Amino acid sequence: MKLSLLQTNNNRRGAGYRPAAAGAEVGGGGGGVGAEGSLKSSMSAFWLLLHGLCCVISLVLGFRFSRLVFFLLFSPANLHPSAPVFRAIATRTTKTTTTTTTTATLTVSFPSSHPPPVVSNATASQSHVVVGRHGIRIRPWPHPDPAEVLRAHRIIERVQSEQRLLYGVQNPRPVLVVTPTYARTFQALHLTGLAHTLRLVPYPVTWIVVEAGGLSNETAALLSRSRVQFLHIPFVESMPAEWSDRHLTEARMRLRALRVIRERRMDGLVVFADDSNMHSMELFDEIQKVKWMGAASVGILAHSGKPNDRQLSEEEKQNFPVPVQGPACNSSGQLAGWHTFNSLPYAEKSATLVGDGATVLPRKLEWAGFVLNSRLLWKEAEGKPEWVRDLDAVGENGEEIESPLVLLKDASFVEPLGNCGKKVMLWWLRVEARADSKFPSGWIIDPPLEIIVPAKRTPWPDMPTDIQSELENTKQEHEERRFSRTSRSRSRSSRRKGDTQRQDK
Amino acid sequence: MGMEKGMWVFALLLCCFVYDGIVAEDPEHGHRTERISGSAGDVLEDNPVGRLKVFVYELPSKYNKKIIQKDSRCLNHMFAAEIFMHRFLLSSPVRTLNPEEADWFYTPVYTTCDLTSAGLPLPFKSPRMMRSAIQLIASKWPYWNRTEGADHFFVVPHDFGACFHYQEEKAIERGILPLLQRATLVQTFGQRNHVCLKEDSITIPPYAPPQKMHAHLVPPDTLRSIFVYFRGLFYDVDNDPEGGYYARGARASVWENFKDNPLFDISTVHPTTYYEDMQRAIFCLCPLGWAPWSPRLVEAVVFGCIPVIIADDIVLPFADAIPWEDIGVFVAEVDVPNLDAILTSIPPDVILRKQRLLANPSMKQAMLFPQPAKPGDAFHQILNGLARKLPHDKSLYLEPGQKVLNWTAGPVGDLKPW
Repeated sequence: MKLSLLQTNNNRRGAGYRPAAAGAEVGGGGGGVGAEGSLKSSMSAFWLLLHGLCCVISLVLGFRFSRLVFFLLFSPANLHPSAPVFRAIATRTTKTTTTTTTTATLTVSFPSSHPPPVVSNATASQSHVVVGRHGIRIRPWPHPDPAEVLRAHRIIERVQSEQRLLYGVQNPRPVLVVTPTYARTFQALHLTGLAHTLRLVPYPVTWIVVEAGGLSNETAALLSRSRVQFLHIPFVESMPAEWSDRHLTEARMRLRALRVIRERRMDGLVVFADDSNMHSMELFDEIQKVKWMGAASVGILAHSGKPNDRQLSEEEKQNFPVPVQGPACNSSGQLAGWHTFNSLPYAEKSATLVGDGATVLPRKLEWAGFVLNSRLLWKEAEGKPEWVRDLDAVGENGEEIESPLVLLKDASFVEPLGNCGKKVMLWWLRVEARADSKFPSGWIIDPPLEIIVPAKRTPWPDMPTDIQSELENTKQEHEERRFSRTSRSRSRSSRRKGDTQRQDK
Repeated sequence: MGMEKGMWVFALLLCCFVYDGIVAEDPEHGHRTERISGSAGDVLEDNPVGRLKVFVYELPSKYNKKIIQKDSRCLNHMFAAEIFMHRFLLSSPVRTLNPEEADWFYTPVYTTCDLTSAGLPLPFKSPRMMRSAIQLIASKWPYWNRTEGADHFFVVPHDFGACFHYQEEKAIERGILPLLQRATLVQTFGQRNHVCLKEDSITIPPYAPPQKMHAHLVPPDTLRSIFVYFRGLFYDVDNDPEGGYYARGARASVWENFKDNPLFDISTVHPTTYYEDMQRAIFCLCPLGWAPWSPRLVEAVVFGCIPVIIADDIVLPFADAIPWEDIGVFVAEVDVPNLDAILTSIPPDVILRKQRLLANPSMKQAMLFPQPAKPGDAFHQILNGLARKLPHDKSLYLEPGQKVLNWTAGPVGDLKPW
């Protein structure tokens, strides 16, 4: 449409200028003819005549005829399938042919470089779709193009975020994750897993990490690498070596975090994510339904350090409890009680010290299964229910804080989550290394190890066999002594630089 | 003076806001769906009752009931629309028992119910059956001769409609049955400039069982993670061993170009989770097979998957009521090798808009033939289409004794009695 308008403008301009130019040139040409030689004059006369003819035709037709001839002569021979060219011609020949309509309902209507297919002319009465045998069109490189795969993934992301917007949670609240931790061998394992989980949560997350024994570089390094918004809070006491004490200390650390939330009036849903637990993504979607306080079912993975050396008899299997802690509902879906962990079958075999190779038992109700609305903790909040105790009153007298129910006056208002506790969305696990285990600071081995021992199975090709067998002996000794320095340095590339194992705490 | 003017401007603006609010948003569904308006307007929700009257001829049961009794598989295959249309009309308020006041006449003859052991319909007896039915109604009632069938409609849902053959070349050779030249045909086949598509026939979707589809719905917050989905044949080795005939080579082209592309979940293996998978896909391919139409279109619309239609010149169901260009993506058969580039270069806003149009429940309802009939379903769209053709032009009515149709035209085999 625009093109034809431009064209008419040009036409008008062309038509306006043409007669003047023609007149001038005819005059000039006439003068020129007489002045120059006969041969030159005949050539110029010929061109002049041609030019004049074109001008007259242009005047008559009303557009620049010469340009069209030029275009038709020198455009690619194969006009028919390349539709952009076809369309260009159509707009120029305004009066002559019946131009095609828009590239009709047949083609894709988005702006792209792909030419639309051949448009059936208004005059064509038979279909251009031919019955019979057709070739199978295969492009020269029939393999995925990485740029397009990337674009497709962006489209999928966009569609999914739209779906989440429409069908997911409306007005999602931010999530405040409270994690008690302390620096030890398995801390990197636990915190890395938790950091990855929190990065996947589709809501704004603030990770409140309370560290026993004050702030340490280990924890700080792990947190800064996590790319989650975090708050690192020191806790003066250090983590005790016995499990029973550890549970209590952790409870006090969590209360410390809750006090911070209260002071800063942080808004959101408080989730107690212990660093060794495993959380599913559905949990974070489910907690958005919590109004004031919710409880979810926690799968308890009470494992023993040793592999099962005896098969459990049928009777024992029945006696072993279903390892789930959480809300119990009556038939009408109301909270009726609590499933707690029955620790009797494990009584003799439970671990006492952190790092024991025995089963670690949870408390009756773990903190991990509870979710709070942070406004419960604030001093004043709109609509704060009366069945909540003031946070300052909790833990004042040094009382033992067993579970979050301590925060409530009346525990019957807790909302059960996950289809009334039927769906287990997180798992509780306690795994720690032996108490005397050491690990390189920041998990960076620097300087390199003192002894470099070749692999046992594949003999080094250039090493003489007697040295090799001695090295194998030393390797066995090393395994027994656990990283202690040896005076025999047999390997050619040994260095005496001091103990490479950093003794940490 | 200025105050008055200001008041008028304010009132005008207020009206505009209110109007925008009514028109732009569907109050029940908020911003989730969009109104569908095709070239005929917002007609998907029109109620045909009161706008037309249909008289149903009483044919002997050998034309309809006995056929179903012989083979009840006809009730489940994709041509079952002819049977359900009859049942719908029998109990519909548009039916009239007085033929004098009827606008349209319906002949219940089930021509697509002669099935092989595999369940595919054989069309060899269909022309004779149709001819026999027409002879019957022409002799028993005067209404056929009055217009030579111009105010009669027939449901012919087979591959190539009233050409009554499954092979395209043979169908084109036969052409539309001569006796149906003046009648309105309601058929699933639609391809522009094709012999078997009569002008102003009504194109309907193939039958897909609504209960079966609704039994497989997944929750709407299941995120769509498949980019392109397709299940079906690419090569038909039984009927097209050389290759190149089936689907005009388009399906084979899809396979050869995209079989190792991770974005394309395409295969011939038909899983039990077929319907659930379609609900997790963004685009569903609907390429032509032996005929250009396919039940995949209905499935894609019901499950909210954007249909990618690869069939040149196809006429889609209810094309005057449903704006298919806005809802689906059309790809020419020559462009199949560039399908991935085409689909990935569609702007995300356009894709979201198409999904909103598909989410409109009236769109999904218009593609289905539920039992019992519901407002806005395919039966009602057919009646709407018939109603839009009214009133009949005076020229359709013939003088007594005037004959236009040639009763002896067509292959000799068709003239034998059924």
